[in-house]
Order: sequence, then C-alpha cells, then structure tokens
Amino acid sequence: MPDLEKHEVMPAVGGNPHAGERFIQRFTRSQRYMHAVLFSTFLGLAATGLPLRFSQSYWARKFASGVGGFGAILFFHKFCAIILTITFLIHVKDIVQRGIVHREKGIFWGSTSMVANWKDVKDLFGHLRWMIGLGPKPQFERYAYWEKFDYWAVFWGMIVIGFSGYAMWFAPFFAHFLPGWALNAVLVIHSEEGLLAILFIFSIHFVNTHLRPDSFPMDMVIFTGVESEEEFKHKRALEYERLVGAGKLETRLGEKPATWQVNFSKVIGFTAISIGLILLVLTLTAYFGE
Amino acid sequence: MKTVFAIPLALALGALICVPAAMKAQANSDCLTCHSDASMQDAAGHSISVDGHKFGDSIHGVLQCTNCHGDIKGYPHPDKIAPVDCSKCHVDEEKGLRGSVHSDGADHPCTSCHGNAHEIYPKTDPKSAVYPLNVPKTCSQCHGDEGMAKKHGLASVYPMYIDSIHGFALSKEGLLVAANCQSCHGSHHILSKKDPASPTNKANVPATCGKCHAGIADDYSHGIHGKAVAAGKMDAPVCSDCHTAHAILQPTESEFRSQSTPICGSCHKEKFSTYRDTFHSQLGSLGGYVETARCWDCHGAHDVLPASDPRSPVNPANLVKTCGRCHTGANASFVKYQPHANARNRKLNPALYFIRLFMNLLLAGTLTFFVIHTVLWLIRARYDQIKRKAAEGGKNA
Repeated sequence: MPDLEKHEVMPAVGGNPHAGERFIQRFTRSQRYMHAVLFSTFLGLAATGLPLRFSQSYWARKFASGVGGFGAILFFHKFCAIILTITFLIHVKDIVQRGIVHREKGIFWGSTSMVANWKDVKDLFGHLRWMIGLGPKPQFERYAYWEKFDYWAVFWGMIVIGFSGYAMWFAPFFAHFLPGWALNAVLVIHSEEGLLAILFIFSIHFVNTHLRPDSFPMDMVIFTGVESEEEFKHKRALEYERLVGAGKLETRLGEKPATWQVNFSKVIGFTAISIGLILLVLTLTAYFGE
Repeated sequence: MKTVFAIPLALALGALICVPAAMKAQANSDCLTCHSDASMQDAAGHSISVDGHKFGDSIHGVLQCTNCHGDIKGYPHPDKIAPVDCSKCHVDEEKGLRGSVHSDGADHPCTSCHGNAHEIYPKTDPKSAVYPLNVPKTCSQCHGDEGMAKKHGLASVYPMYIDSIHGFALSKEGLLVAANCQSCHGSHHILSKKDPASPTNKANVPATCGKCHAGIADDYSHGIHGKAVAAGKMDAPVCSDCHTAHAILQPTESEFRSQSTPICGSCHKEKFSTYRDTFHSQLGSLGGYVETARCWDCHGAHDVLPASDPRSPVNPANLVKTCGRCHTGANASFVKYQPHANARNRKLNPALYFIRLFMNLLLAGTLTFFVIHTVLWLIRARYDQIKRKAAEGGKNA
C-alpha cells in the first residue's frame, strides 16, 4: 500500500484538465481491493452467522435447509473467516512495514493518520453542535472522526470476533491455555460482537458513508479510488487546503474513472448494500421476535 | 396361543356334533348345490354365495355347514336364519372380547378382522387376514380411516405406523418378528391404554416393548427414568414418550435427532433453555448437521443416570471420554465447558453474566449513540442541501 502523497500518482492523462473537472486520488488500488475483500467476506460471514445466532427463527431454518443444511453454512463461514483473517494479517503487516520498518511519517500520528487525536474529539462535539444548529460545520482532514471510528471498530471487531471464533473452532487446543468458563464466554462474545458489527455496518456505516445526502446513493470513492475535486474540497476541506498550501495537490491527481468502472462499481456496491439491508431487516425481526 | 388350542377343540367338537347330525341333515355338497351360485343374494341384497373350494381349503373346511348354521334342519330351510355364533366353539376368544374395546359384537363381528366367514385361514397362513404381515392392513380398515377415527375420538394410526421403523420392517422387509398392531395391543382382549391392565398402559409400556427389546428394557430399568416409573412416578418417560407409539423413527436418523431435544425439554425446561443458548443447539436446530450433541448423546438414552453416579457419562470423571467422542483432543480443561451455562444467571455463572452484560451494554451504547448521531446528521445535511440547491435556483433534490 503505497502512501498517497509520497507515491507518484499517475498524472491525469485521461482526466482531461481542460474540462475543469479534476479527480483526486483518495484510495490506492490495494486499499480498494482490501475493502472489497473485507465487505464480501463480511457479507458472507453475516449471512452464515445470523442463521446460527437466530437458529430458532423461521427464516434461519429455511435458509439453512435451502443451502444444504448447517454443514454448508459452517463451511462457508469458516472459509470467509480464513480469507478475512489473511487480509487482516496483510494489513497489519503493511502497517508495521510502513510505520515501523520504513519509519514512514503520518502512519501513527498526524493529519493523515488513522489514530484518533484531540482534533477528532473537538470535531465530534463541533459536528454535533452543528447538527443542532449551535455552531459552524467543522472542517475535516483526510479521515474524519466517524471514519476513524469505523476503522477501529472493524479493527477491534476482527480481533475480538476472530479470536473468539478460532477459540470455538479449535476449542480443545485453546483449552490448553484458556480456563473452562472461557469456552462458554467465547460464544457469547462472538455472537454479541458479531451482532454489533452487523447492526453497525448495515445501518450506521451504510448511512454515514453512502446514504447521507452528501454521498447519496453511494460514495463511489472506495470503488474507483478517486473523487472529483469539488467533492474532495467539500468533504475534506482541511486536507485540500493543506495540499494546495504545500503545492502537493498535483501529486494527488488521478484519472477520471471509466464509465464501465463506475457502472461495475455501482452494481457491486448496490448488491452489497441490498444484501446488507436485507440481512439487517432479518436480524431486527429475529432480534425483536425472540 | 388361544387359537392354537381352539383349532383341535373345534375339530373335536365338530366331530362330536357332526357325525351323528350328518345322518339326518344335509351334506355340504347339498348346500352348495344352491349356494355355489356366485350371484346368490338374500332378501336384503347380501351375498349368500359360498365358494366351496375356498371353504374346503379354509380352517373350517372339515366342518359341515350345519355345524355353524345349526337352525337349518333340512331343505327347504326358512328364509331367515339365526346369525352364526362363533363363541359356541371359540369360548376363550369370546371371553377375551368381553370387556375389550371391541366388545360390541354388532360393531365388531369376528369377520371384521378374520374376513369372509367361509374363507378363514389359520393365522400362520399368509392368506389369513390375521397373518402377522397382514394384521396392520386388517386393522387399518378402521384405524386408518380419518372419518372413523374422528367419530370415535381416536387417532388415525395406520399411516403413522406404516411409515415407522416397525412398519418398514414389516412391509418392506417382510419380517414376521416386526411389531404389528397385535404385538403391542394384543388381539381379542384389547384394552384402552387408560386401563391399568392394558399392555399399552403407561406403566406397562416398558414391559410390552421389552418383549422384543429385552436389552434396552434392561438398560432402561437401571436408569433414573425406569426406576421412577417402577416406583409409580408416572411423570417420568417410558419408551413411547420419546419414541412415540406408532410413528417410531430410527433414532440415528436426522428426523428423530432433530425432534428429540424438545421431547426431553418438555420436562427439563430449564436445561432445554440453557442448551438452546449453546453452539450444540444452534447448529442442531438448522438441520442437515445432525451430529451435534443432543441430550442423550451426553446423558445416555435408556439408562440415564444422575451426574453424581460414577457410571453416568456426564459424571466429572467420565467427561473427557464423553466429550472426546466428538471433540478429538478433549482434555480436563476443555471439559470444564458448561453445556448448560446460563449467561442470565449471575449467581450460577458470574463471569459469563458480566461478559454478556458488558457486550450488551457495548452494543446498546454504540448503536444508541450512533443512531442519534446519524439521524441528526441526516436531518441537518438534508436541510443544508435543500438550502444550497434553492440558492442555486434548482429543485429541492
């Protein structure tokens, strides 16, 4: 994962600067792939985990028997889990390599870091004040506080859900160093944390990132990697100002995405969001029907 | 058994009565002169034709017509003749029928089970309506009929039976030893299961099933359920409470495995509820994956013993072995897992209780905050958007 500002991003060949619309690179190719793997496996894990969590519900049983019983569900759940674990480990390896081995700046602190800072706290309260009409809208850097929260929620979630999942999968092995009651606890942790992740992603993340008026119906940047200069300026004013001030905006210019790329992304994205919303409805009906 | 003695008895009686009687009365061939006409009917339209060959072949073939139709002394005989009374010879059977559920002779004449009076064969003959392989079919004439079952407040049991493991053994494998209706209910002296003397009365079910399933009956008698039933505690289950009476399934098949836990759970409610919280139940509820532990996989099936009994598979000393049957590599620490832990009970499972509480608070807290955050944000962002578009002179969207 090359850093956006250091890496020589391809100049805007197809971007047609004469048209006045320029595109700014926000995510690298590998970051987009990582998100695609993340959401595909997450949908798979959710679709196969929910019937287990709500095994008494009608749709869970229908779905399970439809796909070949629990043997099939468990297999698919574990399959997705392994892919996601590998992706997570690659990501951790990247962070270590960039932040510790190469001592790259902006990984662990600073305006481009995912790590929360004092400004995020101020932004949260400032944003809430703005929402109820008590103050000006805060301006954001590359990652806003809710985006950092999304990131760390997933990071923490993968550790917690992953560890508890593997503890159940290889229970006799984990029993060598976990107390007996922990084997009971891992199911409670796995299912509750999984439920939180599902409810959060399919409601909060969907709305905050894709369905809110500024991005409606979908923020394409995670699929195409670029957003228009106007959108970039509006959504991430501080980063824009910083780049312009440092004369670095040119290094961040990207190509205007091809039409097929946008359409393909839309199909994938809307499919994912639809599956997510269906699962959300099923989860809520099962949860309140319990 | 009764019939075995009844046959020579009947023959002897027949010989005593007929030999002198034959001198004055008609020979069978005389009767058949008229009654061999297949279309012969009485005034009411009932067939009064007799197939002489079949009759001769039947168990009563050695008898004279007049042995049973005793009021016919010569020819021509009266139009109306007395109904045949089988109990003249079959005394024990008649005695058995008395007091049974089929005691009403008008509703249940002998022929309703034994078939055409002139074509009755010994029950060892495959042609007999009461030959073991034919019994279910014979009983089903009434007990497989929804209408008749409804009228008498009975279940239509034949369809259940014939799809059961016993029904398959009988109809598909042709096993004479497969349980048919009368193996459990008896034949002439069938009593309601409410009658304490009935072999299908709850208290007698273990002994009835044990006639064939002797080994299991022995196991059962040593288990906590068998001892309770023997002591008159009728809340405890007998064979039919778990296996059902007629629709008995092969216990290793998924259908039985899937439906079995709620049966135990109908009494062991608390244990069933905590079992449902576990992975064992979650997996098992979805079907298709029937290997997950059901009650009896751990507790034993017929000889269920309290966990305190050193012979119980769930006795702490046996857990490594019991859990290890599925969980290869199970060790002493692994079996500290509680298959019935209750995360809602602070006293019993404090660690689990607080973990669940923490996870629920985390879930509720995170979602509550972000739902408020997102709703406020949506309203404000939409408001700004409408204002901006309006300022640009565009539409409100």
